[in-house]
Order: sequence, then structure tokens, then C-alpha cells
Amino acid sequence: MTSAIAVDRLEVVFDRFRALKGVSLEVREGESYGLVGESGSGKSTLLRAIAGLAPVSSGSIAVNGKKLGARRAKAFYREVQMVFQDPYGSLHPRQTVDRLLQEPLAIHGFADGEKRIERALDEVGLGNGFRFRYAHQLSGGQRQRVAIARALILEPSILLLDEPTSALDASVQAEVLNLLEEVRRRRKLTFLMVSHDLAIITHMCERLMVMQNGEAVETLTASQLIGHRVNADYTRKLLRASEGFVRA
Amino acid sequence: MSVLLDVEELRVTFPTRTGLIEAVRGVSFSLGRERLGIVGESGSGKSQTGRAIMGLTPPQARISAGKLAFDGIDLLGISPRERRALRGNRIAMILQDPKYSLDPVMSIGRQIVETLRTHEKVSKAEARERALAMLEAVQIRDPKRVFDLHPHEVSGGMGQRAMIAMMLIAGPELMIADEPTSALDVTVQLDVLNILDKLVSERGMGLIFISHDLRLVSSFCDRVVVMYAGKVVEQLKASELREAQHPYTRGLLNCMPRIGFERHPLPVLDRKPEWAA
Repeated sequence: MTSAIAVDRLEVVFDRFRALKGVSLEVREGESYGLVGESGSGKSTLLRAIAGLAPVSSGSIAVNGKKLGARRAKAFYREVQMVFQDPYGSLHPRQTVDRLLQEPLAIHGFADGEKRIERALDEVGLGNGFRFRYAHQLSGGQRQRVAIARALILEPSILLLDEPTSALDASVQAEVLNLLEEVRRRRKLTFLMVSHDLAIITHMCERLMVMQNGEAVETLTASQLIGHRVNADYTRKLLRASEGFVRA
Repeated sequence: MSVLLDVEELRVTFPTRTGLIEAVRGVSFSLGRERLGIVGESGSGKSQTGRAIMGLTPPQARISAGKLAFDGIDLLGISPRERRALRGNRIAMILQDPKYSLDPVMSIGRQIVETLRTHEKVSKAEARERALAMLEAVQIRDPKRVFDLHPHEVSGGMGQRAMIAMMLIAGPELMIADEPTSALDVTVQLDVLNILDKLVSERGMGLIFISHDLRLVSSFCDRVVVMYAGKVVEQLKASELREAQHPYTRGLLNCMPRIGFERHPLPVLDRKPEWAA
């Protein structure tokens, strides 16, 4: 079986700053894989490098067995779509939901746009009533649903999720996480998900990689993490921190 | 326990094109020298409650209250000048993101000195000494170096410590912390909370901790006020959170994923219109 995403000794350098220092990663088809770490750990950079949004200086990325070049072909985005952290920043403020969803369809030359938009909105639980609204008329959770609909409308096999719920309230977060799980199950998607929250990653993912300072600290299964069977001190520190404040 | 802050029937109303919006609708609580958490989602009015106490409500908004008294002073009755004298001196506020709440073109040390000299008559040399001591108190290892740095040159955790130092230097009796750790990494969050915890208990301050994270607040505070749609739906001791009665409080507690408690799908809040009534 080919892996959905295979990253080999990837280096990303911004000016002179090495954001990724030779990171390797393998995500199997249909798997949900998590990247955890603090800000500056390189987890988002890794995700963006796969999407073609970060300057790769060496190493290689393969998606569904095909090695990627420096530029992403149009067909790549049929397979791989991304959902960003901030639903307030990732939707065009002067486009209606309808227009937002039409854009990817127009780029890829889909004819049955009407049907697809209806289906995509339905799938993320928004319904047709939201079709001609603007982003500013929607709540944060609704916006993130639109962003997910936009990612799903091309029927990709891989979703890259960059902290998809960290800008949302806890209760809305639960709704969006449930939605993501549901579409993954229904469409047999592969997820690569970034979060700083260990609890979200163990909830959503089967395996995960802990990152720090642009390097992989360790790779674990969710059950290893839940059972505290971890090797690195840094992971232990993250685990302790996620248990909340304890008065000394 | 003496009452430091007394809030009765606080209302904050914003005029908009479509009519009046009541952000805070009759909130009452009192605070001694203790840690009180105010928890709610965005739009619940928790931040506006904090801002009304601090006197930072936008000018177009209207505030009314049966009582809004700090240490016996009627906050709504005093002049703006008297309010300014309280603000930053006896009542201080920490905001969410040090990137936006610190002055970007002034060194951290100068900002702290400025705060101190606004409220106390001290010489420049003494102010500097006290600022350095305060930076040390918030566990900044090299205070002399950090004193001369600008906010963009320090990390988020360091910036938030500098913010706490600045807010504590005048020795406030009441501290309002509005999401003080939400912009920080989890491990840094704990450091900042430890510092805050230590300073608050050492100095015997009253603390209002505003956050959307019910679990974090209940691990840090003595008491918790839960807000929904501008109202207090439940007040309870943090230790009795497990016995929360209101479905909203219980929903907030349950909806977060927890390590080792697998639930698929996560329980979601079933919002009832009568909660907001």
C-alpha cells in the first residue's frame, strides 16, 4: 500500500532561519495523523510545505505515491485541500458563500456546480439558506463550516487541517470536531491535523508526531499517549501542561 | 471576609443601527480577597463585565447598575479623573495578548516605569530599581536585559510576564485578568498562572479571572461565575463544579475532549432559549 503522504528529511529555511530541520513523516491512506507542538515548533510549516506554501530547500514530499516538484500542479489540489486556523481571515469578506464555493469549481472546470454547492453546504450542516450570505454575517463556527465545505467541494482524498478549532469556543469546537470526524468516516479521508492541544489530537488522530524547534521529538500512537507511555521529557511536559493548573 | 467589589444588577447596553444590544444584562456578584472566575463563550458579556468594572467601556455604551462599588467607592458616581486615579493603581487589568496590549514603540522597562510614576511620586532611579525588582518577581531571569527590550523582541510568555509586572507595580488591590493565558503555549500558560497565583496570594489581592476555559478557571479560582447571553446562569465554588446544576455549565464541562476519556462524537450544547431569558 502506498502512503498518502510521505515526507523525507524535509528542510524549510526562511532567510537564515531553519524552520524545519530534516523532518520525515509517513501518513497512511485513510489515517488521521496529528502534529503537536508549541508555537515555533514547525508543525504548521510542515503542513504548509506539503500544501506548497513554504520554501522547501531540501528533502522530498510524495502524495499518494507521486513525488512533488517545486510547484504544485492543479491536479494536486484536487487531491489535497487545506482548512486554516482563522475562519475570520480565510474567507473573502466581500464574497458570498456561494461565490466562495464556486471559485474552486471554476478553477477546476466543474460543470455541475449548482449540485455540488448544495451538497457541500448540506454536508457541513449549513443548508441552502446560508448560500447568499457574507462571511461577516456568520458566526465563527459557521465560517469554519464554510471553510470545510470549500475544502470538500473538490472531493479531495487528503485534508490538511491547521488548528481548525483553536479560534472557536469550546462548545463550537466540539461541533466542528464532530463534523470533521463524520466527513472523514463518510468519505474515507486522510487527515493531517496540526494542534497545540494534546487532547484534541488524541481525540481526532490515531498516530501523532510531537515536534519542537523544527524537529520531530517522537512519534506515538494515540493510545501510547493516553497511557502515558512516552519516551521524551518534552512530551511528558506537554502532557502535564494539558492537565491544567495544579497549585504548588 | 470584607467585600472588595460589589456588583449589583450591572447592565451594559450598546446602541447599534438595529436598536439597543444589551451585552450585560443584570449581573450581580461580590468579591473579597479571593480568586473569582468568570466563564462564558464569546458574546456572553464576560469581558464587558470586566471592562465596566475597570471603566473601559466604549463611550457610546450605557452602563447602569444597582450598585458598582469598589472598596466602598461608587464607581459610577465618581468623576473621570477619580476613576483614572484608581485605574492602574488600585484596580489593574491584564489583557489577552501582550502583542497588542504593550506599547510597541516603548521599551518594556520604560512602560513599567511610566505606570509606576503615573501613580506614585518616585525618583527615576528608584522607579528603575522597582521595575527591575518587579521583573524579577515575575521570574524574568535577566531583568536588566529585558528592561531595555521592546515588546517585539520578546516571546509571548515573556511579554505577558512583563504585562503582569507592569500591572502589579503600583500594588493594586483588585486585578482583572481577561484571558491572560489564551494566547500562550500550554507549557508557558502554566508558568504564567503559577506566577499570577503566587503574587495574588502573597499580596492578598482580589482577582477576577475571565476565560472561556471552564476547566482551567476552576483549577485556578476559588469561585466561578458562569455567564450566558449577558446573564449569570450559575455561581458556584470551584471545588463543587462536578455538582453543577445548570445544563449550560455541564455542557461546557463536557464538550471538551479529554485525554483518556474517549467519546465519539463529543457531546454538544443543546442551547435552550430559556437560558437567555
